Amino acid sequence: MPADILARTAQGLPLSRAEALKLLTEADVLAVGKVADGIRRRLHPDNLVTFVVDRNVNYTNVCESKCRFCAFYREEGMADAYLLAEEDIYAKIAELVTAGGTQLLMQGGLHPGLGIEWFEKLFREIKARFPSVQNHSLSPAEITHIAQVSGLAVPEALRRLKEASLDSVPGGGAEILVDSVRQEISPKKIGWEGWAAVMREAARLGMSTTATMMFGSREKPADIVEHLFRVRELQDHGGSFTAFIPWTFQPGNTELGGKTATGVEYLKVLALSRIVLDNIANVQASWVTQGAKMAQVALFFGANDLGGTMLEENVVAAAGCRFRMSLEEMVGLIKGAGFHAAQRTTLYRTVREW
Amino acid sequence: MSSLDAIAEKVRAGERISDDDALALYRSRDLLAVGELAALVNERRNGRRVFFNVNRHINHTNICVNRCRFCAFSRTADEPGAYCYDLDEIRNRAAEALAQGATEIHMVGGLHPDLPFEFYLDMLRTVRSVSPWLHIKAFTAVEIDYLARLTGLSVAETLAELKEAGLGSLPGGGAEILRREVRDQLCPEKISGERWLEVMAEVHGAGLKSNATMLYGHIESYEDRVDHMRRLRELQDATRGFQVFIPLAFQAENNPLGHLKNPLSGGVDDLKTLAVARIYLDNFANIKAYWVMLGEKIAQTALCFGVNDLDGTVVEEKIGHDAGASSPQAMGRDDIVALIRTAGRIPVERDTLYNELRVY
Repeated sequence: MPADILARTAQGLPLSRAEALKLLTEADVLAVGKVADGIRRRLHPDNLVTFVVDRNVNYTNVCESKCRFCAFYREEGMADAYLLAEEDIYAKIAELVTAGGTQLLMQGGLHPGLGIEWFEKLFREIKARFPSVQNHSLSPAEITHIAQVSGLAVPEALRRLKEASLDSVPGGGAEILVDSVRQEISPKKIGWEGWAAVMREAARLGMSTTATMMFGSREKPADIVEHLFRVRELQDHGGSFTAFIPWTFQPGNTELGGKTATGVEYLKVLALSRIVLDNIANVQASWVTQGAKMAQVALFFGANDLGGTMLEENVVAAAGCRFRMSLEEMVGLIKGAGFHAAQRTTLYRTVREW
Repeated sequence: MSSLDAIAEKVRAGERISDDDALALYRSRDLLAVGELAALVNERRNGRRVFFNVNRHINHTNICVNRCRFCAFSRTADEPGAYCYDLDEIRNRAAEALAQGATEIHMVGGLHPDLPFEFYLDMLRTVRSVSPWLHIKAFTAVEIDYLARLTGLSVAETLAELKEAGLGSLPGGGAEILRREVRDQLCPEKISGERWLEVMAEVHGAGLKSNATMLYGHIESYEDRVDHMRRLRELQDATRGFQVFIPLAFQAENNPLGHLKNPLSGGVDDLKTLAVARIYLDNFANIKAYWVMLGEKIAQTALCFGVNDLDGTVVEEKIGHDAGASSPQAMGRDDIVALIRTAGRIPVERDTLYNELRVY
């Protein structure tokens, strides 16, 4: 019975995959939310909700992966394909610094012409010009691709990128960490073990990482559960995930199209994430895909962080999802839910409190 | 000061909660505990069934003598964008709605300075002539008061004529916040809260059902909201004429009061307001989450916070959208059914008077 499972979970007992699946498919969302809320309060007793001031710089939209859920990628040579010039990238980062931002998230397509030297030069120059900015860039799929383009093994590529001032690795491209689902939605992207290998190596090198999950496309409930447990097990075995970030597939302008997860389904998956992943400190609400109202509600379903203010975001926007958020709104949203608000760094150190 | 536990005990025992209790629920930081209580009250009354209906809005004119400061819909007659449908346009929209399976026409509009009373009767007759099965839910208490003054008849006589011409029930708009101090700032030209309640008492006395709304998330306080609900609960005790309570989230765009949107009123306040209403208004059968104002995601989530009605598959809503509501202008029957189902509830299509038409 879901109620028995929840009662045991509330006492801090670990959940099996079968039990988690039962909660996901049968339990009442409010009941799951209450247990998740209890875990959130235990891990964050200071009643604080955090966010980072950041900018996503999508250096290129040229991508060989061509994932079927993506509305952002272009083929090389297409009229709206682009690769940002270095000076444009620096100008964007300068704007971020002026706005009080601390985190740069560079993410792009898997560009066939960009070898590791391009990134090394760029990253060194970024650190020299903007030493206060945390370079939190490149998902595992990109790192794997860069290694291949340059004929390097992944550990060597990652070591060189770190050497060139890559500070931490965001967990994008995880989608659903089950290969049968990946085969359907992103057949050309690295498999789940490839994703895990990069994250293991990053942790070994002392870099902090995050993990995401994109749901609401073709996966089954059991795939969501498998994803959560794989992330949990990675973390248990030396992982360096600072946060888990579930978000929903945005079908606009994509090859996959169709429907996505509803609000109640989002809250339930979020709450289950908080319960299963009690070995990861932070769970982020996705205002980018859920909107400000739902992100606020998510703070009672396990989330303790609202991610970034994102001065710039292009990937989800390409799928027709264009929520915007100012610093004032972010703080108002947190206070309106009865929490203290704090701007944080990538590594969850407080910059400023409200 | 009421503690959450003491209130929960009352609610479980089926007792009515006090104004102080309602305030304590509003001030509680434990959203899920408040939601759980509301869900309990709702489950007792309505089980896991959630109502929706298939309707069409016809906003026949946006020309209005009132200048409510929160409204982005109204125009003066000579302003760009001002419009007024003729009877053919109304007939066509009603016929279209009927063809799409609608069972209700929801008709409200501005207080037009020049239309004669006869035109309103003709509007009703026109819709009725399209089909006697289309229920006409039309005219807020504000419009009824205006029509009575226009004709020089009493409210009771005005209602009798409208009913004769086809009026089936009344929506709950124009209530805003009933307390005078808030109305003076928000909508000084509009009828008072006392008058709104008087008209509703007459409506119920005429054998017509109505809805009741509350516009929140602007300059009002929690005390104002509880005062508003107390007056509704008292009138409902006397008349039993309200079918449903519908809190309306203030939309901040395109209106002069936009800057007075309460920045602390977001999704959490939306859910809490619905939940507190479900607990406090123990003599209301139904609480509605109006997805046009709330968005689909919050409206769906509200089904776990005491709500048992998701409104209709509204077609061509103009008033909320002129104020920047970002929801789609219409939601199909299949979409609503799926939304209710994925929240773990049973979708039930109803007519305007809350008779069940079909269980999905």
